[in-house]
Amino acid sequence: MWEYTDTVRDHFLNPRNAGTMDDADAVGEVGSLACGDALKLFLKIDDAGVITDAKFQTFGCASAIASSSVLTEMLKGKTLAEAKKISNKDIAKALGGLPKEKMHCSVMGQEALDAALKNFAGEAAVAHEPEGELVCKCFGVTDVQIRRAIRENGLTTLEEVTDFTKAGGGCGDCHERIGQILAEELSGAAAAPKAPGDGAPKPLTNLERMRLVTKVIDEEIRPALKNDGGDLELVDIDGRQVIVSLRGACVGCPASKLTLADFVEKRLRETVDPEITVKEAR
Amino acid sequence: MQPIYLDNNATTKVAPEVLEEMLPVLGEFYGNPSSMHSFGGSVGALVKKARERTAQALGCRPEEIIFTSCGSEGDNTAILSALRANPEKRHMVTTRVEHPAVLSLAKHLETRGIAVTYLGVDASGRLDLDELRASLRKDTAVVSVMYANNETGVVFPIPEIAAMVRERGIAFHTDAVQAVGKIPISLKDMPVDYLVLSGHKLHAPKGVGALYVRRGTPFRPFLIGGHQERGRRAGTENTPGIVALGKAMELAVAGIGDENTRVKALRDRLETGLVAAIPDAIVNGDPASRLPNTTSIAFKYVEGEAILLLLDTFGICASSGSACTSGSLEPSHVLRAMGVPFTFAHGSIRFSLSRYTTDAEIDTVLREMPGVIKRLRKMSPFSAATDEKPSCTC
Repeated sequence: MWEYTDTVRDHFLNPRNAGTMDDADAVGEVGSLACGDALKLFLKIDDAGVITDAKFQTFGCASAIASSSVLTEMLKGKTLAEAKKISNKDIAKALGGLPKEKMHCSVMGQEALDAALKNFAGEAAVAHEPEGELVCKCFGVTDVQIRRAIRENGLTTLEEVTDFTKAGGGCGDCHERIGQILAEELSGAAAAPKAPGDGAPKPLTNLERMRLVTKVIDEEIRPALKNDGGDLELVDIDGRQVIVSLRGACVGCPASKLTLADFVEKRLRETVDPEITVKEAR
Repeated sequence: MQPIYLDNNATTKVAPEVLEEMLPVLGEFYGNPSSMHSFGGSVGALVKKARERTAQALGCRPEEIIFTSCGSEGDNTAILSALRANPEKRHMVTTRVEHPAVLSLAKHLETRGIAVTYLGVDASGRLDLDELRASLRKDTAVVSVMYANNETGVVFPIPEIAAMVRERGIAFHTDAVQAVGKIPISLKDMPVDYLVLSGHKLHAPKGVGALYVRRGTPFRPFLIGGHQERGRRAGTENTPGIVALGKAMELAVAGIGDENTRVKALRDRLETGLVAAIPDAIVNGDPASRLPNTTSIAFKYVEGEAILLLLDTFGICASSGSACTSGSLEPSHVLRAMGVPFTFAHGSIRFSLSRYTTDAEIDTVLREMPGVIKRLRKMSPFSAATDEKPSCTC
């Protein structure tokens, strides 16, 4: 069972502002039945640009309903400029936190708010705005959404991207692409917000690749190996070839070949470059 | 609040009779059955009795029973044993609706060079036996098909499948974790090589199970070490668990009539009552071949986790095929294999009854469930009027 906070439980069992609004000034809609959760947000906005009322309709789990409920509470009385600043983190915080696998519910709240604000500004209130490149076909997630979640929440792994955006949680075909996006964001190559729909990712420079390989090995791979009593040392990076030397329990372990291929190489391919090969130093 | 426990396919209450027999083995009779003193020997006698009771319940010989720690251990042991006994055969057949104990192992074996055929099911969750027959190859080492599905309760025709597979000289394994104790099973008339059961699904405690290996079937142990279980499963026996399992097997056989009459009638009343009272609700799985205690019902436009948490406020325990209840984001692989639309799969709830389920408990569910669904549907942006086509391609 999920460990929900009392606030999440309260907003789920006693949702605030559930229902529709016939005379809404702005409507934002995200998600779909097929994807397992969906949120329709209605806002009433006065002439001074202050949100006077907010309502929601949600299809989803307890944390999706709670995120929607708390968001409507947060929005009431805010100016449009203040509302624009609300991030998924603020929603999660207002709930006293969410299980990490449920963070996408807070992201859905933020995206519905975005859609509503755009709707108010005159754009169409359509679900699934095709903004940017469609990365995850299963859940309809674009690179723009993924990059935003990475930046605003400091995400570093594929798993975290899935927790926050659902991208990659289905068939898995987009894992490689998410890895590239992560690599770009982490290497700072895309530090400046990209224009939506901005074509293919820039290839990494040698220096960027080396930095990133070192970072992933130090921060992710070695701690994981150490958990099993093993370790490895980075010997050399030659273009896309990474040469390592095994240490600790990995030495002479019959499974070490698998560790190199199934874990080290796979991880580096996911996070840095799909063409990386890992060899053991002789 | 005493829970209304309708999640017996997840785990069951330990029967009081079982508890009574196992407690002394946790307490005063702590000896090791392998020891050369009568104190240990007396515990060895209890293990022997449990083995005989288990064999009796399944219609096999005591020496064909290996006690294990759980269903997953039994499944892993059986499938790996069949593959190791036939190293030149590199193919296995299983279904898309198996429990992860088999499915995840099959996926793992694929990375180790074993070719795996995954058989699909139709909209009612039934296998196509012609497809199964066609999938058997010269290099097929083992066929693994579950006896009954944990989510829908659909029962596969195992005696027929076993005969078909054995006729081709291929080893046959069945994960019978959900079937044992719920429907009559006799290994006397069924050419199964390996059958797996788990104690905690039939009112014994967690941490004990059994693997049946037909006499004459080649066997390679999974746990290597001591001589326990005649060298087929190392590790000091879980004596309280084994004693409990023996008693639970005896009770299961005695109660199989009640399960298929009284419990089945309660299940049917629950199912028809819910479908009649709640619009846009459908039953998942073949009504003609199902476990007597299980019903899986899909409620459109609402999400399963939310349903479960509202039911929880009434003390009602059930489970869901929804993605949101597990760490994964996709709804149940069983419902997807059956082609249950996403609009239904996310809102699927499984109720699984037991011999302890009462009329009054079913009344409570029938009373509260319509309100729960209504409340969530009122909050949902979807309804029959806005029925949208799934836009996801997964």
